Amino acid sequence: MKIHIPTPLRQFAAKQATVTVEAATVGQALDELTLAHPELKKHLYSEEGKLRAFVNVYLNDEDIRYLSEKENTAVKESDSLSIIPSIAGGSEMATLAEAPALPSLNNDEIARYSRHLILPEVGMEGQQKLKAAKVLCVGTGGLGSPLAFYLAAAGVGTLGLVDFDVVDSSNLQRQIIHSTKDVGRPKLDSAEEKLKALNPHMNIVKYNTMLLSANAMEIFKDFDIVADGTDNFQTRYLVNDACVLSGKPNVYGSIFRFEGQASVFATEHGPCYRCLYPEPPPPGLVPSCAEGGVLGILPGLVGIIQATEVIKLILGVGDPLIGRLLLVDSLGMRFRELKLRKNPDCPVCGTHPTVTALIDYDQFCGIQPAPAAYAPLINGIQQIDVTSYKQQRDAGRDSFLLDVREPHEFKIAEIGGYLIPLGDLQKRVGELDKNREIVVHCKMGGRSQKAAEFLQQAGFKVKNLAGGITAWSEQIDPRIPKY
Amino acid sequence: MEMKISAEIYRQIRQHGEETYPHECCGVLLGKALDRGNEVEVAIRAGNTRTDSAHNRYHIAPQELISIQRQARERSLDIVGFYHSHPDHPARWSSTDFNEAHWLGCSYVITSVETGVASETNSFFLAGTGEDDKQFQDEEILVWSERC
Repeated sequence: MKIHIPTPLRQFAAKQATVTVEAATVGQALDELTLAHPELKKHLYSEEGKLRAFVNVYLNDEDIRYLSEKENTAVKESDSLSIIPSIAGGSEMATLAEAPALPSLNNDEIARYSRHLILPEVGMEGQQKLKAAKVLCVGTGGLGSPLAFYLAAAGVGTLGLVDFDVVDSSNLQRQIIHSTKDVGRPKLDSAEEKLKALNPHMNIVKYNTMLLSANAMEIFKDFDIVADGTDNFQTRYLVNDACVLSGKPNVYGSIFRFEGQASVFATEHGPCYRCLYPEPPPPGLVPSCAEGGVLGILPGLVGIIQATEVIKLILGVGDPLIGRLLLVDSLGMRFRELKLRKNPDCPVCGTHPTVTALIDYDQFCGIQPAPAAYAPLINGIQQIDVTSYKQQRDAGRDSFLLDVREPHEFKIAEIGGYLIPLGDLQKRVGELDKNREIVVHCKMGGRSQKAAEFLQQAGFKVKNLAGGITAWSEQIDPRIPKY
Repeated sequence: MEMKISAEIYRQIRQHGEETYPHECCGVLLGKALDRGNEVEVAIRAGNTRTDSAHNRYHIAPQELISIQRQARERSLDIVGFYHSHPDHPARWSSTDFNEAHWLGCSYVITSVETGVASETNSFFLAGTGEDDKQFQDEEILVWSERC
């Protein structure tokens, strides 16, 4: 195969622009090259024998660092390897003077972190780096709980927490940083108390707000790494874009039912979330955990993968999940990996970005502003609130209640509706009577809105029960469990 | 050393810096490396991937470099240098420029762009045999006019 030698290295390769070697793998080809031209070795490899950070080696059009087999990747005679030293610089004159001195550890801390200190890969310097590190956790829910807990235990010096929510009893199945006594309390206060109890040596910075385009850059500026534990697409794109724009790695995790994903986005040379998903899914296509459910243990699994990646980035050890998407399947208990590539046409991290400031992410994700409390019409569908429906029902007015949730939800709670899951509605529409008014409900009102739109199209008289069975439980009958 | 460049290409690289102001522009110079210095025949614009701080940093994506290198091979030219701009900063190399310079024997051309207008342009030749002894040497820019 051919190896293309860049101009500066030709003086060490007998002035040749191309060297031909016989090899079965990338590693062998590089070995053959340095065997034939030993002087090249010190220019390509560090003293520890690792490829120098500023040297990129490409097999055809792919960086060998991102090949799944790396140096062991098999090569054919028609392949070519290119050695490309990096090109960068800038006017930044403020000499990055000596990196600020790392904070020292007191005897209590030395005792606390002894199992880290005796690992050569961490050691005193690594533990001091952890103490100097500032990590922002966006969300203190399912992913944020284990993430913040383990980062606190590991000795990360400053942990920022962003959340605006209060603890709900339905959180406790997975959000292990909160306890039963915390129900009704702001998540930030509950999380701070647990983290401080675990590790009093750390600083906690609380941001009691929703992360927004208006505040994200300001919040991010004080941190080195951002860990994304959000549960919606708007915030996920916002976190990604703000990370790219501020040059901070985005340690990403997401969960759905029994499956999870994790990766490290927005590093200098790696892909970002938009390289993977340039556009959000249409609203409503991917159910949230509140709609679709989630195995409580899963965020633990994924959050701890995120925590591990954060620690590795701080220490500069191991192989971070840059350019790799880890897929976690908890039912099959299998971990798979997809290779991700930086998209040169990515609107935010590509070579000619079109997104150079934060945008309106609700609009980007197609989210309509929340309807006013009483919105008689949404998309042409008449809405009925639970109180009015109750009155109508008590007055004996004849309408047919259709429940479009799943059978397993029906088993948890029901209010006397006729069950046809949304997915079956099209084929079972014949079971419904066109002459009776139909009131459709689901858990919160989202799926029933879709069902109502379909039925109205099909010639039925329909209304959507706003707020669903959850609103019924809250406002009409607390004996109906909320789930 | 001296770097030879046509008036047209010289104009192009200075104009590139004005277009991207207040951000840094960057690009690659193709030509021939001769004993007396580099001769530039083509300038190729590159995208600055440092969107996080494009006003004072630049970085050319390796993929882009691979394709530029392929273009060079097809035209029997070599990569002989790189250019970038310093928005509202002098046309001198910075410590970042030096630390990130790894193409020995290449010319690093810097144009100072003051409030959107290209002012001084200087070239620095990266001399030495490796990371330990590399150094930037001032080199003259010889601008020649193409004849119609």
